[in-house]
Amino acid sequence: MYEKHVLICAGTGCISSGAIEVQDALEAELKKHNMQNKVRIIMSGCHGFCEKGPLFIVFPEDIFYCEITAEDVPELVEEHLIKGNIVDRLLYLDPTTGQRVTSHEDILFYSKQNRLVLRNCGVIDPENIDEYILRGGYLGLKRALTMDPFDVVGEVKKSGLRGRGGAGFSTGMKWEFAFNSQNNKKYVVCNADEGDPGAFMDRSVLEGDPHAVLEGILIAGQAIGSDEAYVYVRAEYPLAIRRLRTAIEQAEEYGMIGENILNSGFNFKVNIKEGAGAFVCGEETALLASIEGERGMPRPRPPFPAVKGLWGKPTCINNVETLANVPLILRRGADWFSSVGTEGSKGTKIFALTGKVNNTGLCEVAMGITIREIVFDIGGGIREGKKYKAVQIGGPSGGCMPESHLDLPVDFDSLTAAGAMMGSGGMVVMDEETCMVDLARYFLAFTQNESCGKCTPCREGTKRMLETLERITQGKGQEGDIELLEKIATTVKDSSLCGLGQTAPNPVLTTVRYFKDEYEAHIFDRRCPAGQCKELLTYYIDEELCTGCRACKKVCPADAIEGEKKEPHVIIQEKCIACGACLDRCKFDAVKTK
Amino acid sequence: MCECEERAVALEEEFDPERCEGILQEFLGKKGMTVPVLQKVQDEYGYLPRPALEYVSQRLRIPASKVFGVATFYAQFHLQPRGENIIRVCRGTACHVRGVSKVADKLKESLSVDVGETTEDMKFTYEEVACIGACGLAPVMMINDKTFGKLTTDKITDILESF
Repeated sequence: MYEKHVLICAGTGCISSGAIEVQDALEAELKKHNMQNKVRIIMSGCHGFCEKGPLFIVFPEDIFYCEITAEDVPELVEEHLIKGNIVDRLLYLDPTTGQRVTSHEDILFYSKQNRLVLRNCGVIDPENIDEYILRGGYLGLKRALTMDPFDVVGEVKKSGLRGRGGAGFSTGMKWEFAFNSQNNKKYVVCNADEGDPGAFMDRSVLEGDPHAVLEGILIAGQAIGSDEAYVYVRAEYPLAIRRLRTAIEQAEEYGMIGENILNSGFNFKVNIKEGAGAFVCGEETALLASIEGERGMPRPRPPFPAVKGLWGKPTCINNVETLANVPLILRRGADWFSSVGTEGSKGTKIFALTGKVNNTGLCEVAMGITIREIVFDIGGGIREGKKYKAVQIGGPSGGCMPESHLDLPVDFDSLTAAGAMMGSGGMVVMDEETCMVDLARYFLAFTQNESCGKCTPCREGTKRMLETLERITQGKGQEGDIELLEKIATTVKDSSLCGLGQTAPNPVLTTVRYFKDEYEAHIFDRRCPAGQCKELLTYYIDEELCTGCRACKKVCPADAIEGEKKEPHVIIQEKCIACGACLDRCKFDAVKTK
Repeated sequence: MCECEERAVALEEEFDPERCEGILQEFLGKKGMTVPVLQKVQDEYGYLPRPALEYVSQRLRIPASKVFGVATFYAQFHLQPRGENIIRVCRGTACHVRGVSKVADKLKESLSVDVGETTEDMKFTYEEVACIGACGLAPVMMINDKTFGKLTTDKITDILESF
């Protein structure tokens, strides 16, 4: 019998912060004290609090240690695991109160959340099917198998679940279309091609609770009358692919995948396809082309994949997070599910909260929570006491919400009305030092690069918008550029073939809408209010702070800095090329910009 | 001719169809296998040599133009030999907001390469990717399969020297 259980987060974030070294150190230390039989080590999935990793939680007392290194381990073993004393210095420090917190439930980052889809992430060992089953796993599938497939579709439809991958289409209706398509072969496809920069919830679900996704796929298969599924995963997610493979093998062993599943006569097979690096493959028709071994380019719809999809057969495509919701709906019922959330958006949504907030990581919240609650309660406010400027929601398809929208309830419909989009749920917080024009340029550079080139509006439109934005950030903007951007943006939005082009102008349109003054400052005053656009900055040296150490003079590529040793230096503006090298080099913060 | 081109020519001259054949065995007769086949071929050679693409086209009975089309569409495939270590710098939103540009500039300067290029000694290839999905640790890069988070320009030299 184990006396204590130590959970070490083994998500990608914590592994890169050194979780494996912590595991090795703990194993060695336990061996040294001959405690291998008393303490069990569980390498869990992602807890979402990547910022503070590696995380180290001791059960049964539920003590939450963070930012643990291998060097901390002997002390943790000696003090906590042997003597039972909490190691105060390694506990989480609440940035607002300055107090140490012992249990994760007392951390605002967690206490404001409603973890339904993430219920198992960071709690169970994702490579052990028994732990999933102990937490109620595969009960949803069991129930579905006793029901008529039509009723399963009805249950999901009634729950009000909407697709978590971007557009927010009703999952139940999607299933119904596929159910109604008559064919001897149908496919279920799980879209795990999570490409939005700034979003990593699908990766965490696959890494932390792969069986939940598999169970969702199986239920979808039973409901629409399919016997085969493909999971399309980005090749950039090696750990997710490995855990999914293990999960499939274990599910086959337990008779959850294969022939005559749980003696119901239902047969099902699950294949994994690795993506090869193309953002547009997140679009459903492009994804299907990619599975078929073609260039991943979208095609016009209709026919929709539910009618004519993979290899011409009816195909139901759902995103990872959507499918991970399904087992819960079947297990606990549509009414329970729809009691969470708002009128039009039921359930929860996982957001990847990143950028200039104190707590970054994954958070799952009920639909309808305000942006303020997410940024200031869960996120713990802006770093270094700076001022909130905007939050960018929904990645390259989404938009920027300014301070005036802090109390906007977050759900599908209110975000669309405000010009943003739920998208995949990336939420990047920006402070006064982020230039909104540069941000729009950044997103356009991304979409322009990822545009597949098939349709003209997206191929040409993103390119022209990018050129215009580059011009503005380089201080070469002209009168009429803002109107030009709006005109191209509207055209691209209306006439592109697929979701990539139709939503690519959103970052431009929302920044123009809410931060027009910044565009005007760049164009008319040749000034970047956030101090980010290098070409628009003037560098100067603060004489009070300069020690005359000559470091800046040595690094200046244009010989634009003059001054005697140990005397304050000056930047010759005519020669300065505004590269910023002196600013980076100065140890005394004497180089300033205006 | 630069070093990597010389290497490419040498490799193409000594191209051994047997190596390709071994990879192709498990895929023959299945549909939609172009992408996985090319992934395996690239694992074997480190990139996609032209003779290998031609061989795949013949054996899978897919026009060479189509194989080439797929190989050039996806960011993951490379038609040129690559360095011993692959650096992938994340250009995701969170990394952008937290200042990855400076880190990227420092890396490119230290290695004297531009995006997609390989150092002369073939030790490093420098690439930029859309998002690694480790946004909580921004700015981030990967060297081979190892992730480095919370990067600053000061850390670059030490990290590069450890390879």
